[in-house]
Amino acid sequence: MSSSNYSRRRLLKTGAATGAALATPTLFTGAAWAQEQGFTNAPTGGTVTLGFNVPQTGPYADEGADELRAFELAVEHLNGEGDGGMLSTFSSQALEGSGILGKRVEYVTGDTQTKSDAARASARSMIEKDGVIMISGGSSSGVAVAVQGLCQEAGIIFMAGLTHSNDTTGKDRKANGFRHFFNAYQSAAAMGPVLESLYGNDRKAYHLTADYTWGWTTQESMQAATEALGWETVNNVLTPLASTDFSSYIAPVLQSGADVLFLNHYGGNMVNSLTNAVQFGLKEAQANGKDFQIVVPLYSELMARGAGQNIAGIPGSQNWDWKLENQLGEKYKGTNDFVQAFGEKYGFPPSQAAHTCYVQTLLYADAVQRAGSFNPCAVVEALEGFEFDGLGNGPTLYRAEDHQCFKDVVVVRGKENPENEFDLVEIVEVTPTEAVTYPHDHPMFAGGELGECNPGA
Amino acid sequence: MDAIFLQILNGLDKGSAYALIALGLTLIFGTLGVVNFAHGALFMIGAFCAVTLSRLLSLSFTTIDETRTDFLGNPMKVETPYAEWLFGPEFGAAIIDWTVPLSILFAIPVMLVVGLVMERGLIKHFYKRPHADQILVTFGLAIVLQEVIKYFYGANPIPTPAPELFRGSFDFGALLGFEANAVIYPIWRAVYFIFSLTVIAAVFGFLQFTTFGMVVRAGMADRETVGLLGIDIDKRFTIMFGIAAAVAGLAGVMYTPINPPNYHMGMDFLVLSFVVVVVGGMGSLPGAVLAGFLLGILESFASTAWAINLVPGINQIIIYLVAIVVLLTRPRGLMGRKGVMEE
Amino acid sequence: MTDQTQHTAAGPATTRARRKSQGVLGLRGRDITLMGIVLFLTLAAPFILNPFPATSGMAQFNAGYPDLMQRFVIFGIFAIGFNILFGLTGYLSFGHAAFLGVGSYSAVWMFKLLGYNIVPGLVLSVIVAGLFSLVIGYISLRRSGIYFSILTLAFAQMSFALAYSVLTPITNGETGLQVYTSDPQYLQSADAPSIPHLFGLEMRATETLRLGGWSFDLNFGYYVCAVVMVLAFYLAIRIFRSPFGMMLRAVKSNQQRMNYTGLNSRPYTLAAFVISGMYAGLAGGLMASMDPLAGAERMQWTASGEVVLMTILGGAGTLIGPVLGAGLIKYFENIFSKINDGVLHQWFAFMPDGIEDLLVGIVHPFVGKGWHLTLGLLFMLVVIFLPGGLVEGGQRIASVFRRDRKAGGAEARAAAKRNVE
Repeated sequence: MSSSNYSRRRLLKTGAATGAALATPTLFTGAAWAQEQGFTNAPTGGTVTLGFNVPQTGPYADEGADELRAFELAVEHLNGEGDGGMLSTFSSQALEGSGILGKRVEYVTGDTQTKSDAARASARSMIEKDGVIMISGGSSSGVAVAVQGLCQEAGIIFMAGLTHSNDTTGKDRKANGFRHFFNAYQSAAAMGPVLESLYGNDRKAYHLTADYTWGWTTQESMQAATEALGWETVNNVLTPLASTDFSSYIAPVLQSGADVLFLNHYGGNMVNSLTNAVQFGLKEAQANGKDFQIVVPLYSELMARGAGQNIAGIPGSQNWDWKLENQLGEKYKGTNDFVQAFGEKYGFPPSQAAHTCYVQTLLYADAVQRAGSFNPCAVVEALEGFEFDGLGNGPTLYRAEDHQCFKDVVVVRGKENPENEFDLVEIVEVTPTEAVTYPHDHPMFAGGELGECNPGA
Repeated sequence: MDAIFLQILNGLDKGSAYALIALGLTLIFGTLGVVNFAHGALFMIGAFCAVTLSRLLSLSFTTIDETRTDFLGNPMKVETPYAEWLFGPEFGAAIIDWTVPLSILFAIPVMLVVGLVMERGLIKHFYKRPHADQILVTFGLAIVLQEVIKYFYGANPIPTPAPELFRGSFDFGALLGFEANAVIYPIWRAVYFIFSLTVIAAVFGFLQFTTFGMVVRAGMADRETVGLLGIDIDKRFTIMFGIAAAVAGLAGVMYTPINPPNYHMGMDFLVLSFVVVVVGGMGSLPGAVLAGFLLGILESFASTAWAINLVPGINQIIIYLVAIVVLLTRPRGLMGRKGVMEE
Repeated sequence: MTDQTQHTAAGPATTRARRKSQGVLGLRGRDITLMGIVLFLTLAAPFILNPFPATSGMAQFNAGYPDLMQRFVIFGIFAIGFNILFGLTGYLSFGHAAFLGVGSYSAVWMFKLLGYNIVPGLVLSVIVAGLFSLVIGYISLRRSGIYFSILTLAFAQMSFALAYSVLTPITNGETGLQVYTSDPQYLQSADAPSIPHLFGLEMRATETLRLGGWSFDLNFGYYVCAVVMVLAFYLAIRIFRSPFGMMLRAVKSNQQRMNYTGLNSRPYTLAAFVISGMYAGLAGGLMASMDPLAGAERMQWTASGEVVLMTILGGAGTLIGPVLGAGLIKYFENIFSKINDGVLHQWFAFMPDGIEDLLVGIVHPFVGKGWHLTLGLLFMLVVIFLPGGLVEGGQRIASVFRRDRKAGGAEARAAAKRNVE
């Protein structure tokens, strides 16, 4: 089943002694097998294999587990098992629940360990050993960018999972890579108006920023968005990724003259910095005659559980929320079908990470179905500029220039009295697509080139 | 002035955790001569003692409330903790609220048992083996313990709040005559600091003023001679291992309200506490405590915006930088003895 | 296999006598056998590592695909180098990953500036790692024992923290250093491949042989790494057997006595440190050559710890042990982590339903996301029951068959000896 070569130069021709000695003429080479369709890992039998590369160990293991659940569900639905989930609401009705192009969908899983090296090793093993035709997943931007680059070289499609950095579809965009999740710029653009209506135009912001690329881009975007409202930025302090205790960063905030604290942190950093900020009484504090406020630009609701009561009232942005359709109606159709399918199977509602992974899998399958081919270049063509609806986010566009999805962004706030651990946030507002759309050559995204789609082989 | 004072305060609570873990590590090393890479895991297990107790206390029975529905549209299940049902809503709720302090009582016996089992079952066989083997076996044990906890509790942090009474912060500066809001300090961190001072004092008092402690100190200095005097020093050292485990466990229990515990918190602290031990001087108990507080405070100062602007990235490397400088100027750390771990 | 302690036992007179009757390439007797075994294992790895037909359920355990085979030998090189320091002198460095990291960064920078030919990258990675280890070694070796370990750890952690954050312009931080189309690549000719290559031969070029149900990947990049590893192994044997190697062992057994005889041991240990740093740099350069991306996590203390574990697991102080240890750990990381519940159900599908679920339930915690658990248990078991590492295990098995402990147990004795010291 597996044929693992993704670039076949004639090794034997050059007379590499060992290879020549071992490759006796009675054997025929793999090149004759898979290359018949001219792209890497062209599926041959009655099945097609997808690779789901998520963090299974390390701090993001629970997020990875939720992504994996969504992938399994998507595969079930593609193969016509279960209730079909979003297949019924998806605007493109190309998928019939009979696999992809009639081939039954199988999958392999791998552990990224949230490290780009390990993620690439895992992805390469999927490509070389398991013969996957598409890789999806990831729970950090470093990993997503690294694996996306690998897939580009290998001639595989990469459907990014949870990655929020501008770079994924900016500086590091690749023709074979697609992102459904939103990004730091869109977070900031969506939060801007909401912050204005919540806290007014005269605010002084203090930023604590995780000291690496994602943190920097998030901070940069938030600063630009809030300064456009007339806010002032008092200070921006970089915190090491490895920090577990943020007290020494938070303690000076109250004295700085700021009245809003931005925590540009994610995951474990976010849980700890928010917990610390609340410990230091920032939530009840007064500054400049106003109530002090805390903002978390990117919410990860799974991790937010770790902060417990502390997130009450804290605004942030999300790609999607499981309550969207119930609260804002028909526009976000698909949401309830997905929540229903997921909830029936696992007993709790899905996270936004699960949602984006599920949707990406469906979008890939649909693109193949519409293109009539697994060839990555055909898939890229089918996805570029693709407009769809019914996958929970309302009308959505996969922009051709940078392979970024454009859709509404959800602004949420921690609930004051959550009824259970899955109901931690309430939707404040949904910022419409137009407000979060930017030109593909926006300075924050400049410097990258998609390049040519690479079918490998 | 108040800013300096504030960072010293912040360093003290960080330093408390370092000092407690380093103290336990040094106890084990000084008595048994074992480099215990599983010590961080003991800290983590202590924290999960608190989590476990809070799970136990909030064990609930389910009743179905037909009037409300859950997210799938089914009738809502309402959970009532047995504790509330058992002790009445008010006292029951109070017990749940005080989970973390109560966990101290729960954690001490658990950690003693964990420590004794670890020493008798595994560490005992490694006294005469090279330090590299000790590191490998205890590192393996640390991974196993960590993965077992992850299997039962997941990888995400678990919120374990302090009792209502100790939540929030108080204006520490006002007490000392600074202007209002200049030095705000969370109550629980102050509790943690006082608690760790108490534990440290208790350990030193125990070693200094009891016969048992005297024998242990004698054994640390010259194990063979003490053995020749007909004292079963091994048994006492085993008990010291249990105590060291309990110290790490208590540090973990009380740390949970500061940062929600997760399964890899032990590893996060492990490397730092080794640096602390070495900076303090291998085998020196006062050295471990001193270095713990010193590094905590220096780390706090390096985190100020002023320091970061002066030397970008200083907050990333300060601890290691200090370790290098100390080790190059004072060969055996701040208070180390000659000949320990230098072979 | 080989008796590496004989020098110490035999004394200089016999050494000189032996050297006169040197065998092939300066190797004698058992070393030739050992070299032959390594040569055979590396060349035949694509076949040995794929023992199961590609379509069978056991194919999950096949490790003979290019990426993993490359990792086996690259980490083998890393561990061989580490063993020159740790196995011979007893100095336990907790910062060797830093040298691997700078090696990778140097190689990728060469790709960015010059072009995708791997030769300049490899050369620079060895040089830079050598210089870096000279500086760190010079400072760290002023102390010994655990103080030395902590000094190396501190340097490596600082390198990691800075590479991830402040030094992002050089290292590209979180996303890792990679080659962009806008990079100059001054020496890249138009017709050269745009992926790492050796004078036009792509690292990733693979020929797949199919033989019945079996399939074997012959990958050019792997063979490049394999040749480098064989050379590195050869060099390690020569170092182990040289007077220099003996001097290093003297440092381990009793440094004080050595100093009393008027010998300054520092230059020797520093040389060993730099050599092992250069091995690490070479491994890093090769990693970047196989996959042109260098991430900062490569320098983290866990990565340094990993090579320590590889060496001890395989058998510190033995020649082949570290290579075996490296292989085992990488095998776990890449094979066990990919076994998910679906795969388990496939394996046990022939069982009745209840038993199938039970078996899956039993195995489940140890594979897939639980692979760390299995690895931890393995560390404990090996170090408890096989103090000399895997090599000792192999020797024990061999001696059972041969009933000839004298010939068989040499490497095991070397390992056992370590424990007495």
